[in-house]
Amino acid sequence: MASVSDLSLGERIWYHSYRFRSVDPLPWQPPRVPLEEARVGVVTTAGVHLPGETPFEKVKGGDFSYRIIPGDTDPEELVTTHPSDAWDRSGVEEDGNTAMPLDRLRGMASREIIGEVAPRNLSFQGSITAPMRLLKRTAPEAAGLMADDGVHVVVLTPV
Amino acid sequence: MGLIAGVLEDRGIQTVCLSTFEPIMKKVRPPRWLDLPYPLGFPLGPPGDPGLQGRILRRAFRLLEAPGPGPVQESFYPEEEEE
Repeated sequence: MASVSDLSLGERIWYHSYRFRSVDPLPWQPPRVPLEEARVGVVTTAGVHLPGETPFEKVKGGDFSYRIIPGDTDPEELVTTHPSDAWDRSGVEEDGNTAMPLDRLRGMASREIIGEVAPRNLSFQGSITAPMRLLKRTAPEAAGLMADDGVHVVVLTPV
Repeated sequence: MGLIAGVLEDRGIQTVCLSTFEPIMKKVRPPRWLDLPYPLGFPLGPPGDPGLQGRILRRAFRLLEAPGPGPVQESFYPEEEEE
């Protein structure tokens, strides 16, 4: 597991000065269906997307947009344009399942461990230092999209 | 990621977060998270290990059964026998 001492000097300064936001009171959704019937999706902050899509941008406050990853995507096709160098992207570049484990979820669906894979999975970039536009605009929009798809469970894979 | 998790739960979607950086998880407090012994950038462990990726996901799914309120936090140990 990473620790604060693994961060660069600039990142440590950011970490100690940044006012992290948490949600209070903490939302809590109990299971709506058994896992073997659940539609399961992935939301990552690895900034992955299909080739040819608009790259994530290095902008002040962080790029708060997201990309849709269809559930039948081959993770090997994914690229990452996450602009931060605070994390090691070699794993995601070598194996897209490291951030978007669609091969694993499809395997679980075929073995009836889960019901099925969400038709639309989502990719954000992390390192968003000005999160209000994310909180007010794109996160509710993205959550609405997954709710419209009848998704029951989301695996979050931050980097 | 805690903000996104909160918005999803508000829409009736259960979330579980694969964490490689516990200090931030404790600050942003997603409803459920699994601590993993890997560096930043490897939320499903070293690349190219489908067996390990599957074990991590199945372990994470167990957190969905935990009674609330959250946050619920558990740790994944690669050497741990799968139940």
